[in-house]
Amino acid sequence: MKDIKQNLTQELDQTSGNPLLEENIKISCRKVNVYYHKNVQSIFNVSFDIAKNQIMAMIGPSGCGKSTLLRCFNRMNDMIEECVVDGDIKLDGENIHSKNIDPVILRASVGMVFQKPNPFPKSIYDNVAYGPKLHGLVRNSSELDDIVEESLTKAGLWKETKDCLSKAGTSLSGGQQQRLCIARTIAIKPEVILMDEPTSALDPIATATIEELMYELKSSYTIAVVTHSMQQAARISDRTAYFHLGRLVEVNDTNTVFTNPVHELTENYITGRFG
Amino acid sequence: MSNTTKLVSANLKKRYAKERRFKFYGIFSITLSLTFLLFLLFDIVSKCLPVFTQSYVELDIDFAPKYLNLEEKSSYSKEELFNANYQKLINNSLYKLFPEVKARKQKRILRKFVSSGAQYKLRDLVIDNPKIIGDTKSIWLLTDDDIDSFIKGLIDENAPESERRVKDFQINWIKSLQAKDKIDSKLNINFLTNSDSREPEQAGILGALKGSFYTMLITLLLSFPIGVGAAIYLEEFAPKNYWIDIIEVNINNLAAVPSIVFGILGLAIYINFFGIPRSAPIAGGLVLSLMTLPVIIISTRVAIKSVPPSIREAALGLGASKMQVITHHVIPLAMPGILTGSIIGMAQALGESAPLLMIGMVAFVADVPQSFFDPATVLPVQIFIWADSPERAFIALTSAAIVVLLVFLFLMNLSAIILRKKFENKQ
Ligand SMILES: Nc1ncnc2c1ncn2[C@@H]1O[C@H](COP(=O)(O)OP(=O)(O)O)[C@@H](O)[C@H]1O
Ligand SMILES: [Mg+2]
Repeated sequence: MKDIKQNLTQELDQTSGNPLLEENIKISCRKVNVYYHKNVQSIFNVSFDIAKNQIMAMIGPSGCGKSTLLRCFNRMNDMIEECVVDGDIKLDGENIHSKNIDPVILRASVGMVFQKPNPFPKSIYDNVAYGPKLHGLVRNSSELDDIVEESLTKAGLWKETKDCLSKAGTSLSGGQQQRLCIARTIAIKPEVILMDEPTSALDPIATATIEELMYELKSSYTIAVVTHSMQQAARISDRTAYFHLGRLVEVNDTNTVFTNPVHELTENYITGRFG
Repeated sequence: MSNTTKLVSANLKKRYAKERRFKFYGIFSITLSLTFLLFLLFDIVSKCLPVFTQSYVELDIDFAPKYLNLEEKSSYSKEELFNANYQKLINNSLYKLFPEVKARKQKRILRKFVSSGAQYKLRDLVIDNPKIIGDTKSIWLLTDDDIDSFIKGLIDENAPESERRVKDFQINWIKSLQAKDKIDSKLNINFLTNSDSREPEQAGILGALKGSFYTMLITLLLSFPIGVGAAIYLEEFAPKNYWIDIIEVNINNLAAVPSIVFGILGLAIYINFFGIPRSAPIAGGLVLSLMTLPVIIISTRVAIKSVPPSIREAALGLGASKMQVITHHVIPLAMPGILTGSIIGMAQALGESAPLLMIGMVAFVADVPQSFFDPATVLPVQIFIWADSPERAFIALTSAAIVVLLVFLFLMNLSAIILRKKFENKQ
């Protein structure tokens, strides 16, 4: 039994596919390990690249560490006591853990959308305006109005909400709330948007709206999206990474991963035999 | 019908009956407690009603210099006027009203027909307008508390004379004055404008009310910021270690310490060591803060804990710093809970008397306190003092003081509720 496990571990340590890119790299990680407690490791030796203006889908069975890895990219794990991240993570070639990068600045350029829509208990307008005000991106209220309108338009929510901007963000439907969260994120004009299962709490119609939105956002942002739905990954992403038990098993163009997976585990997962 | 449906419907009646029973228990206990509350309120309010009016007697006062113990001259210094004998004016006027009273003992009782504070009213009148000396004027003066009680019908005329505080001849005086329309009841402003007094007809609540107000203000100003600050530190910044655990356990223990212990502590530390004035609202506020602090800390921590983590993550993800997350999101969201906890702590402090007895706030204070450092007493202690006094009229005063305490409490809660609503609406 122990032997089998060790074999699997050894096998898993070799990532198959095309993890590393030659050019057009937005985020690169090399030999990233994440520990939640001193001896509980959640991410093992992960190396791969995310290309600019592409959607990178991260798939895998639940508990395999997708969220954990995603949260490394904007250093959200800093907030968890005892959580240690080692290895190199670079944004535009600069190490995000280096001394001259402040997590606050990093998070202004790497935005995040969460699994459960989490608008602030404030008005729709204030939700979107919060980030720009926080970072001093605007000089007066008309500029702020413009940013709010622009962000809500990009998030596909302007038409529905332009007449009720003072309504509470929490009074919207689930799908609208998630689009509001996306608008809130793009209002600070980030370069990268991280999305952690953004549609898992939504119905199919709202999901389709958000997927379309991601497709449109791709031209101006780099998107890393965690999803447990393989269909979603296949539909929207350019590249796909498959994780298993904290290890990166396979990365490649989405087409290749879904039609011609190299690793047996990947094949089992995408054909629905397990996971 | 399937088997399951049968089983379920067999049980259904029982389940509904249980529900109805439970509802009945609930309604029963609410009705019971409401009845008790109403009974209590009715009792207190009906007992305090006599306080609102006081009986006055109209006397013809002859401001002749000889009665004032003054020499006859054209003008008098302020000091002479201040030291003149005004009680004698009242006595003379009373003797003239009842010339038939000759016996010394009866004369003494007659002199006490009017409140012992009435002479000061005459003194103020003369000092304000010295020209009055030599004239005769009819003036309404406050009656003594026993006479007042009789006029209000609080003393049973048919009881045996020996068991009555008002004797037959006194009753005759009252009746003859009433027949001449010389007795009237007027609104009692003394109760609202005076401080404590040995004479119930002159005793008022203002001193204790201001004392309570100053004390509560100190308590609030100290315990709210310190308590909320401590809770935020413990919840958001404190490292998880042995020391913090010890502090946490001790805060929880402090909330359970009997309040009188805080009084002893306050006496030893604030008064004996730091030399803070005894009986002053500042000392009372400091002692009561010790009591409210743990309550505020504990409730604030609970309120902060209940702020959804998703909101923190959202703000952090947008690039807010930790302090910004706390001030922009955590505190506003926790505010209703913080206010609820604070109001519970403050209400407890308002009703507290035991620790204040230890630091001398039980002293008889005849002056209305003007600052945090003047000797003062507080409402619950005033209630205790009055309830302990033998004169009949203090019963009504006690009830009236309880009503004032309840109104104070109600206003305090109301302002907290309004504030809380404001915070809830903002979101
Ligand atoms: N805050 C945390 N503290 C401790 N362990 C955690 C924490 N968050 C996640 N983990 C552990 O890390 C592993 C990966 O979790 P996660 O990244 O949430 O998985 P996924 O998003 O792929 O479902 C799980 O085994 C989980 O138990
Ligand atoms: Mg997850």
